[in-house]
Amino acid sequence: MSAVIIARHARTPAERFKDAAWVAFVALLLGIPMVGLTTVDEGGALTVQTRFGMLGAFVGASFAGRFIFRWIMDQIRNRRAAKPPVAKIDRTPQAIKVIGWAVLGASITLPIVFSENRYVIDTATTVLIYVMLGWGLNVVVGLAGLLDLGYVAFYAVGAYTYALLFSHFGWTFWEALLVAGAMAAAFGILLGYPILRLRGDYLAIVTLGFGEIIRVILVNWTELSNGPNGIGSIPRPTLFGLPFERNPAEGTQSFATFFGLEFSGMHRIIFLYYLILVLALLTNVFVARLRKLPVGRAWEALREDEIACKAMGMNVTNVKLSAFAIGAMLGGFAGVFFAARQGFISPESFTFTESATILAIVVLGGMGSQLGVVLAALVLVLLPELGRNFSEYRMLLFGTAMVLIMVWKPGGLLASREPTIRLRQAATEGGEA
Amino acid sequence: MMLHMEGVHAHYGHIHALRGVDVTVQVGEIVTLIGANGAGKSTLMMSLFGKPGASSGRIVFDGEDITRVPSHLISRRGIAIVPEGRRIFPRMTVLENLLMGTAFADPANFNADIKRVYAMFPILEERASQRAGTLSGGEQQMLAIGRALMSRPKLLLLDEPSLGLAPIYIKRIFQIIRELNTEHGMTVLLVEQNAHHALRVAHRGYVLQHGEIVLAGTGQELLESPEVRAAYLEGGH
Repeated sequence: MSAVIIARHARTPAERFKDAAWVAFVALLLGIPMVGLTTVDEGGALTVQTRFGMLGAFVGASFAGRFIFRWIMDQIRNRRAAKPPVAKIDRTPQAIKVIGWAVLGASITLPIVFSENRYVIDTATTVLIYVMLGWGLNVVVGLAGLLDLGYVAFYAVGAYTYALLFSHFGWTFWEALLVAGAMAAAFGILLGYPILRLRGDYLAIVTLGFGEIIRVILVNWTELSNGPNGIGSIPRPTLFGLPFERNPAEGTQSFATFFGLEFSGMHRIIFLYYLILVLALLTNVFVARLRKLPVGRAWEALREDEIACKAMGMNVTNVKLSAFAIGAMLGGFAGVFFAARQGFISPESFTFTESATILAIVVLGGMGSQLGVVLAALVLVLLPELGRNFSEYRMLLFGTAMVLIMVWKPGGLLASREPTIRLRQAATEGGEA
Repeated sequence: MMLHMEGVHAHYGHIHALRGVDVTVQVGEIVTLIGANGAGKSTLMMSLFGKPGASSGRIVFDGEDITRVPSHLISRRGIAIVPEGRRIFPRMTVLENLLMGTAFADPANFNADIKRVYAMFPILEERASQRAGTLSGGEQQMLAIGRALMSRPKLLLLDEPSLGLAPIYIKRIFQIIRELNTEHGMTVLLVEQNAHHALRVAHRGYVLQHGEIVLAGTGQELLESPEVRAAYLEGGH
């Protein structure tokens, strides 16, 4: 502990030396069993041998490393302290806008650049599903401030609604999309009612339970959901009735024949990518618009102070239910897409881990920030993918990265909040309020 | 008569917080409720809003019985409250906070109302696009009052507006309350622990003790009353 305190104020060479000596001492303590002693197999018997040379090098390296590290850190700190404080302004909304447009441009051109790389487009599609889920959950957690640990339930409701509507009534993707959204919204209200009076930890526990209830029902209600075996051969979405198949049914045209293209499996992959991109963008525009309407402001006010909301004459019940319903509906849409993309769903896809991942995306992105969700989804989906080379250390790296992000940016990647109304607007079109 | 509470009882679970309270506020008056911690001052104000609802008795506002009206509908009838501890929305801007006060007001009045509030509190206009949480305590209190005024209330309730403020702001807040009353004709019901300031600004006052009104009179009468002096004005208050 004292080493840490000394390190904080390390300025003079003597202090730095002392700090590094401390670290070297700790390294020595740790190093004796780990480096200094080793076992050697001598004619079938294990004997302990000492490696003082290596231990010395280890301790020396720790000393030098700490010394240099402190020196660099102090240099950085001094430079930062030397700058006038005025220079540190919040990232301007303009800069965020530029990043937003850049991300949008990149996501539109991605399938063109990687048109032959199925892995890249598949991964990007997964990212977009999480972006959409993140935006949906952002309404509940980021804007309304209601901690929901069971969001995956609505994702499941959407996916199963489509799967069941198809297997019983032969509904197509587009027909099922709206119904599944409505179904998920209904479940959102169903969850919303019993938890109206709960906040914080208690709310989190009940939503966690709700998520599990839905999954357990799907596992056990075999007549409805086919239990753990799941539902398969869910049809892929079509482009205005044009399927993406090599051999379309008699008398119909497929996408490839209609446009006179040679059939390629990549068409469907790219189509699915653009489909989720459009769905996600619609979600974004929808939520961004809502945020500027009285209902959106009411959500944010609710997050800030529920009692004040009541004092303002707000019907807190309706505000909460609307947040749950709309968040759930967006999750439902994403679920339909998920079912259509996978072609097969089972309760295994809707475990608590999914809820946790989506929640992590919202929190890591900076609660309430739309672009933050995108960046966090990129980090959370791509990190484990990139980490594949590190095989068993993959999740370790992933965890470390998350801890580092939260240490470095405790409010999330984009913590600054964009006002819903600006001064100029107030003077000219404030009447819309 | 703006507000009339008649024999109002209220409970928190088993705790009998209000024991038959009669309070009247006339149009254009500043009425203050003073009393020690736990006397029931805030409960009385909350009962007006139906949380906790009056278990017996009657609350009449502007000629209508509001005893059983749901909480969120009461403020829409023209009662605005500045809650205890200000309760502004800290991460939203000052302008957004003011906007929240208008949630159920006629949007056509917005421009006029915001000009009025800005004229009263120029600091709010200066800080309009700043996060409300970055304001000082006194500025936040002004914001809370401004927010309440945005809904064009007939009756303004102020719950401990001087709580936790620097002395200079306490003075300013009471000055604002008086201005609101004299210049804008606002009817005010003021709940305060700071009995001295409250009674000086109020036309009439009530002293609440253990959920009952033990004294009533004009502000001046109460200021001079030996019981009030002994209990609330001397000995540390």
